Amino acid sequence: MDAVATAGSGAGRGRGSTPRPRRSKLGWNLLGLLVFLTAGFPVYWMLNTAIKPAKDTIDPDPSLLPTGFTLDNFRRALAIADFWGPVGRSLIVSLTVVAIGIVVGMLAALAISRFAFRGRKIVIVGILAVQMVPLVAMIIPIFLLLNDLEQYDKLSGLIITYLTFILPFTVWTLRGFIVNIPKELEEAAMVDGCSRTGAFIRVVFPLLAPGMVATSVYGFIQAWNEYLYALMLLSQKNQTATVWLGNFTTKHGTEYAPMMAGATMMAVPIVVLFLLVQRKMAAGLTAGAVKG
Amino acid sequence: MSAADTTTPAKVPPPRQAPPPAPVTKYPRRARTSGGSATPWLLLAPCLLILALVLGYPLVRLVTLSLQKFGQSQLWGFQPADWVGFDNFSGVLGDGEFWQVVVRTIVFAAGSVVFTMVLGMLIALLLQRVSGWVKTLVNIVLVASWGMPIIVATTVFKWLFDADYGILNALLSKLPGVDLIGHNWFASGPQGLAVIMLLVVWGAVPFVVITLSAGLTQVPAELEEAARLDGAGSWGVFRHVTLPILKPIIVMLTTLSVIWDMGVFPQVFVMRNGHPEQEFQLLTTYSYDRAFVVNDYAQGSAIALITVVLMLGVVAVYMRQMLKIGEVE
Repeated sequence: MDAVATAGSGAGRGRGSTPRPRRSKLGWNLLGLLVFLTAGFPVYWMLNTAIKPAKDTIDPDPSLLPTGFTLDNFRRALAIADFWGPVGRSLIVSLTVVAIGIVVGMLAALAISRFAFRGRKIVIVGILAVQMVPLVAMIIPIFLLLNDLEQYDKLSGLIITYLTFILPFTVWTLRGFIVNIPKELEEAAMVDGCSRTGAFIRVVFPLLAPGMVATSVYGFIQAWNEYLYALMLLSQKNQTATVWLGNFTTKHGTEYAPMMAGATMMAVPIVVLFLLVQRKMAAGLTAGAVKG
Repeated sequence: MSAADTTTPAKVPPPRQAPPPAPVTKYPRRARTSGGSATPWLLLAPCLLILALVLGYPLVRLVTLSLQKFGQSQLWGFQPADWVGFDNFSGVLGDGEFWQVVVRTIVFAAGSVVFTMVLGMLIALLLQRVSGWVKTLVNIVLVASWGMPIIVATTVFKWLFDADYGILNALLSKLPGVDLIGHNWFASGPQGLAVIMLLVVWGAVPFVVITLSAGLTQVPAELEEAARLDGAGSWGVFRHVTLPILKPIIVMLTTLSVIWDMGVFPQVFVMRNGHPEQEFQLLTTYSYDRAFVVNDYAQGSAIALITVVLMLGVVAVYMRQMLKIGEVE
């Protein structure tokens, strides 16, 4: 890219620098808008298709702007296949997985961030390595394992399975948050007569709360979005929300208007949740990455 | 990691001295608060137990499966699972189709990673140069596309590229000399996989941009200034100052992307309505197909294992980087 030699205008550059000519900014802004439009188009088109009358979706020359507003597609999406059942199941699975993941993950994160013990490094390497195992590769033995445990087609079986990716994630992320809390605070509390546990509950825990909330929400999103295991380990009658959307075909082929309405119902709550926590997560995940 | 040593002003870090001789104690203890030696293991126990059950055991099972004969009759217990040594592997490796799938997977993953990283880097650099309101707009879109469930994104792309009523054919046909009305993007494997690659990249770029943007704020402005005073152009500054400082993040993101893009499954699966054609098969779908469509669980496991082995090198790089980061305490 043949860039105009401009000083970067990142955050934290004092306002003392001379204002740059507007001309160079204009070019960059246009490029930025192009990125905005291109990257945003799929999201826009989903919303647009969801709210416009279904007959306008089969227009060979579709208008780029919304042609009207109707909720019919949403009604139709709910009528084609049971929607609330799958959503309820997804909720049960995701919430349970996150609850277990946070409690168990918290204990483990404490162990590897606040204790010196033999084998600590091996545990850290192990937990990191586990995160790298591709889920798809594990589906065959997991399917057979659940078969043996008689947990096939049960939500409990899916919950156990989801812990494979939620648990390493929560341990590692919470560890990142704990490490950022100075040990001196705990030590000071202990000097003042707190027990070790007391110091943790009174000092560390309150500081950790935002990080824990962010980790929980993010873990919830991961569990909610999972498709392959849900598809494989539950039968059609017990499907979860993602499988419901993935199977969105009727006898007449795919009906895109209700499908986009279904997609909107699935995506909007998740994206909103995501917006709430992503900043916190990004900070936690990349803490120290630059200091390498 | 010294970025741009040639251009740094007088602040040179002191040369590394030899470490002072260690005090003569038999068991050097790190200055870390440590309770009883049993406490950390007690804290770790539930986590390790769960992981052993849901990951350790299946991993072992994956290996043993790949060395057995295991099909429908073994699944229902009509026949014992006999050990067959490396028969499954020789069966898989001797299959011409398998090698096609391997090459296709590598090309697909490499393409996705390169596009993701390059686009991500360019957008991150662009965001440093735009006005605040543009930055906000782009960030909103990035987070929205990042937060979109993969299945939702896949169905949306399916609709965008629909042969008859997809908006993309309609838009592209408006260009002079282009006629894509009714064009089926999934009639050929390469074209269809290109669409799927676009979907993967679209979903992966936000994470890269946001992480790199965070990294870019850590690049000291005075280093860039100094490089510029020394006569470096924009490219020179990027090449000799920005890149070296961002290197750990770039290594981490690239390895993660490789791992994710080698593991692409739902995108292909849902795009092809649950039955990917032969020219759409990647290692993941191929292994799934072998196990759950052909019902040869053993061969499916062998393919999955080969996939894992292919990724081990990348995983090792990622682990090293993470340990470097993780041990800064």
